[in-house]
Amino acid sequence: MSKKMDWKQFLINYGIICVLGVLVIITGIFRPKFFSVPNFRSIALNVAPRFIIAVGVSGCLITKGTDLSAGRMVGLAACISGTLLQKADYSGRFELTKNLPTFGVWWVVVVLLIAMLVCAIFGLINGLVISYLNVPAFIGTLGMQLIVYGICLVYTDATPIGGYRNDYTYVATGSLLRIPILFWIALVVGIIMWFLYNNTPHGKYMYAIGGNEQAAEVSGVNVKWTKIRIYVMATLAYALAGFLLGAKAGGTSVNMGQGYELEAIAACTIGGVSVNGGVGKVSGVLIGVLVFELLKSAMQFLGMETNLQYIVQGFVIIISIAVDIRKYIAKK
Amino acid sequence: MAEYRLEMENVSKSFPGVKALDGVHLKVRPGTVHALMGENGAGKSTLMKCLFGIYKMDTGSIKIDGVPTMIENPDDALHKGLAMVHQELQPIPERSIAENMYLGRYPLKKVGPFAMVDHKTMNEEAEKWLKDVKMDFDPKAKLGTLSIGQMQSVEIAKAVSQSAQIVILDEPTSSLTDNEVEALFRIIRDLKSRGVAMIYISHKMAEIRQIADDITIMRDGTYVGSWEVKDISDDEIVRQMVGRELTNVYPPKEDSRTDEVVLEVKDLCSIIPRSFQHCSFKLRKGEILGFGGLVGAQRTEIMEAIFGMRGIASGEVLVKGRPVRIKRPKDAIAHGIGMITEDRRGTGILGCLSIADNVSISSLNQYLDAGVKLDHKRIEELVQENVGKLSIKTPSSKTLIQSLSGGNQQKVIIARWLANNPDVLIMDEPTRGIDVGAKYEIYQIMIDLVRQGKSIIMISSEMPELLGMSHRVVVMCNGHVTGELEGDEATQERVMYYATQFEEQGGNEHE
Repeated sequence: MSKKMDWKQFLINYGIICVLGVLVIITGIFRPKFFSVPNFRSIALNVAPRFIIAVGVSGCLITKGTDLSAGRMVGLAACISGTLLQKADYSGRFELTKNLPTFGVWWVVVVLLIAMLVCAIFGLINGLVISYLNVPAFIGTLGMQLIVYGICLVYTDATPIGGYRNDYTYVATGSLLRIPILFWIALVVGIIMWFLYNNTPHGKYMYAIGGNEQAAEVSGVNVKWTKIRIYVMATLAYALAGFLLGAKAGGTSVNMGQGYELEAIAACTIGGVSVNGGVGKVSGVLIGVLVFELLKSAMQFLGMETNLQYIVQGFVIIISIAVDIRKYIAKK
Repeated sequence: MAEYRLEMENVSKSFPGVKALDGVHLKVRPGTVHALMGENGAGKSTLMKCLFGIYKMDTGSIKIDGVPTMIENPDDALHKGLAMVHQELQPIPERSIAENMYLGRYPLKKVGPFAMVDHKTMNEEAEKWLKDVKMDFDPKAKLGTLSIGQMQSVEIAKAVSQSAQIVILDEPTSSLTDNEVEALFRIIRDLKSRGVAMIYISHKMAEIRQIADDITIMRDGTYVGSWEVKDISDDEIVRQMVGRELTNVYPPKEDSRTDEVVLEVKDLCSIIPRSFQHCSFKLRKGEILGFGGLVGAQRTEIMEAIFGMRGIASGEVLVKGRPVRIKRPKDAIAHGIGMITEDRRGTGILGCLSIADNVSISSLNQYLDAGVKLDHKRIEELVQENVGKLSIKTPSSKTLIQSLSGGNQQKVIIARWLANNPDVLIMDEPTRGIDVGAKYEIYQIMIDLVRQGKSIIMISSEMPELLGMSHRVVVMCNGHVTGELEGDEATQERVMYYATQFEEQGGNEHE
């Protein structure tokens, strides 16, 4: 009896991951190239920025919120970074910034900080709207999604941006100790977030708010301020991811990052971040993103039509959340 | 016609671990108002829920007009001519009055193959019934535009429209103004003249005298007796409600009190007019100050306001003689106040977190390495110390709090505040839903705390607990402090007397 229960519990906890694991293995058997270093490298490079986005959203999800502006924020950061880091001799330079002098390598870091600062302002607004105006996170960040997209359109006038400086694109293409820099950056972000979640009062407050917001307030947790911090930190992560994705693609447009928030939320859920709040680990988020990217890659290798892939991804999201809710019901 | 419209005989009902009703009788004559009285938790609401088919009785019988009847569920109750006007109304304020009256039984008309709601008939019918209880509302108006009293009248009109012969009024006047009460009584008298039998639950003595014909008193889930209202005095009613032996389940009280005032509340008023108003009291160092009163006396509300969970319109809170401004619980904690709330699930436990996290959440800032990193080792020591001190029964400090029993959960919450070391601890119904053994342990913890020079405010609706534990008792009624009793002069009768001083609610000059 108890053995049977354990099985059921195991399936509820890891069922989705198992199914996708089987899919990966099957893909590997039929398409041996799937299990190759170049493919794994390519998956790892895709995972890195998406993990950074997902780990940002995870804080919002753990406090029973969400952040639908994540994808557009990524796009804005990519556009800001792109327009400020074009080659001096590139013919199609962005109107507003074409007379900017060519600074040294330090400028790349400054641009990243500028992108983060701009996004942080929107994150602050998200946090204020959610905690002080009590607007549900779903609606507040949905509005912000449109606002940020609009601002990005106004800023770029919808022109694609390219011709990046080599030191900028190197961030995405270069390696350190034979491991891609992108990977190192994601690792550092992961460690910082892990530390934050597990070793600081902020992290404990975050889980407490997700577990029971009123009780957290009564226990002396500054709920509003904690939420604001979470939403600001999330946007810092999106800005970093946008900066990296721009470098990786070597160009960007206003459509960069579209729909990434949904992928990130899905990945978090697959990785065990509960939409009911209070539960979720950084390692889980990593697993979730990894599984999701493996799924996408496997479908490509199996030659599935792109349009169909969306349908499959949609099912995976719904099923993983349905399973997550089961976990919650089972606990009652 | 049978002598009684409704007879409930020998009704018993048990919940796991508690006997909520034990052989209760209730007989209501047609065309009368029958008052049902008893302290908090005496079983009045449970009895009504049994009558209405919400709970199934374990034993007992119900007769309507002399005919034995089984009531399966609320819907069945409605069909058998019962209606309940609830303590807390559950209407849909955004829909029209008529729609609320006909909710779930809309008149239909056929339009081709479809059955559609017949709004015309519904509105006409509703208007007719409203007129019937002498109310002149537009049935198409949104229910939300009415006052609570008017909504209640609509509920009664609804009961009448269902041709209810037995109407239960559960504390119908608790949130009404005097004029609204008058209007309600007019309707009740009108129903009386039509032979409707009414069960009237209330604590307000004056109302009972004014409107009720008979009275049944319950105590601790048992039947005390029934009288005609004219045959029983107010004092006698109170005596019958509280008349139990005080059993000695409390640790010996010692006088740990000093003269130092640690918390003083001066003329505190809520931002909500119907909540607490003009309340003042003092708490001394080493004292357990009990707060007595009926449910709805606004005791919880005033404590939550002091703790920064509710709005204060005017008045002062002084901690150790200095006025403080507390806008949120964080501020209260900074001033050395802790609070164990009444609603353990809602505002106490962090369900999906571990015991360790639940204990340490209020004091994390005191356990930082280099100002950033949590010192897990010292936190674990703190948790272990408190888990041991309060003898919380758990396999490990990593266990999720939601898997513990109510008593152990409560002890974890107490541990949270011990870890934070407040000077004043407010405990709102600290032993609600807890078994006897754990209760005694919590009492012992309270005694230990005041011995160490802490001060405790305890809200309790259990009279024996209130009298058994408090050095001093403040009694509230309807948002006002109506009495203050030193430990030795506090008796059940005197607390009950002050707890029912509804007539004095307007005044500010209480002791």
